[in-house]
Amino acid sequence: MSDADRELRVSKIKSGTVIDHITGGQALNVLALLGIDGSDGEAVSVAMNVPSDRMGHKDVVKVENRELSQDELDVLALIAPDATINIIRDYEVVEKSRVERPERVVGVLECPNRACISRTGEPVASKFEVLPDGVRCEYCGTIVREGIADHIESA
Amino acid sequence: MRRQLITTRGLAREEIEAVLDHAAEIAAEPAAYGDRHEGALLGLLFYEPSTRTRMSFETAIKRLGGDAVDMGSVEASSVSKGETLADTARVVEGYVDAIVLRHPKEGAAAMVGEFVDVPLINAGDGAGQHPTQTLLDLYTMRENAGLEDLTVGIMGDLKYGRTVHSLAHALTNFDARMHLISPESLRLPEGVRYDLREAGASVEEHTGLDEVLPELDVLYVTRIQRERFPDEDEYRAVAGQYRIDAATLESAPEALTVMHPLPRVDEIAADVDETAHAKYFEQAHNGVPVRMALLDRMLDGGETWSRSGGGASPVEDDGGGSS
Repeated sequence: MSDADRELRVSKIKSGTVIDHITGGQALNVLALLGIDGSDGEAVSVAMNVPSDRMGHKDVVKVENRELSQDELDVLALIAPDATINIIRDYEVVEKSRVERPERVVGVLECPNRACISRTGEPVASKFEVLPDGVRCEYCGTIVREGIADHIESA
Repeated sequence: MRRQLITTRGLAREEIEAVLDHAAEIAAEPAAYGDRHEGALLGLLFYEPSTRTRMSFETAIKRLGGDAVDMGSVEASSVSKGETLADTARVVEGYVDAIVLRHPKEGAAAMVGEFVDVPLINAGDGAGQHPTQTLLDLYTMRENAGLEDLTVGIMGDLKYGRTVHSLAHALTNFDARMHLISPESLRLPEGVRYDLREAGASVEEHTGLDEVLPELDVLYVTRIQRERFPDEDEYRAVAGQYRIDAATLESAPEALTVMHPLPRVDEIAADVDETAHAKYFEQAHNGVPVRMALLDRMLDGGETWSRSGGGASPVEDDGGGSS
């Protein structure tokens, strides 16, 4: 199936962000990560597990009137390493970029280790070093490989 | 430059050997260092019980001509009023020349390191790291077996044992062959295994001692704690398999060095004490010259130490045989 066919599945947006090539099944985690739950009234379109030539299956998220910060893109890279970001203004793609894996992520993930100092109410943000196949808490050394999205700090 | 010893992860061989060499100089002539740091004050922040570590740090600073102050029991301090560790450390930093921290949470010392500029030493952070124990362990190994071409067996609670984590990281500097002997449920945590793999360390895992005992130069025994098991019976069954006595050691090489970070309960039977293998009391005594050497270098300034964390999962009290 071609990309043109897929584009028909969800409507175009006037301005905002299209996140394409999200790892199949991760769209809702991407929305959670970005703190988008529809409560602000913005138009959000989600396509999950649509066929993709390059990836087999992928998810696509379109968010009206929202552009992503670098911090958001960094963490996005952890759960959707192949994602492409399209900034849309007046129905046109004005900017297209791929996410890049950051070297570390700060204040985004909660350490799963309950005995970690970062979970005790000390005045510090969580800090994770990004490994080739996961992330590692810079305080206690705990490594997370699977289900990184499950550890996103609640906003 | 900050002067901190938080973890042995990433600690260079030269840094380790510099401390061990200096410790040997001090051990040879301790009186010569009696006024090295006259007036220096060491702040002991111990949020967990400790005998050896606390007393040997206090002894070390006093033998260097300095003194130590502590916060007393946690219950009697402002910790009980809910003060954060970051605040307590920043206050104490203004009173003393260096801080020694023992804390039940993993990564506590790394966190404090973000807030203080005085020299900082991690004296045990939960099931994380215990780098000064490792320095005295290596000193003891060097004295008894040498650090070249070493085959080390590490047995017991490898998951929660912070002394084990620090030792394993440090041994990657010395091309030692490591045999890890533990029940399945208490294997080395993934964070430490990852580093050992990255360092290309020679590591083999075993569930029993018998098969590797004849190959060992050093056997490092740690305590398996009862609270790691759901019930008493299971604990007894497992712990019984990781206990040694004089009879066990009959098949060991004559020159085998048996070590233990102490306190032991019954994982090393008293009859081992009488054998030439037993070095754990000597090991504990080495804590003073090694900590003197470390303090001497850190108080002199210029020393920088790596400071990232490394550890496992929850621990309530003393992590698997730490002092």
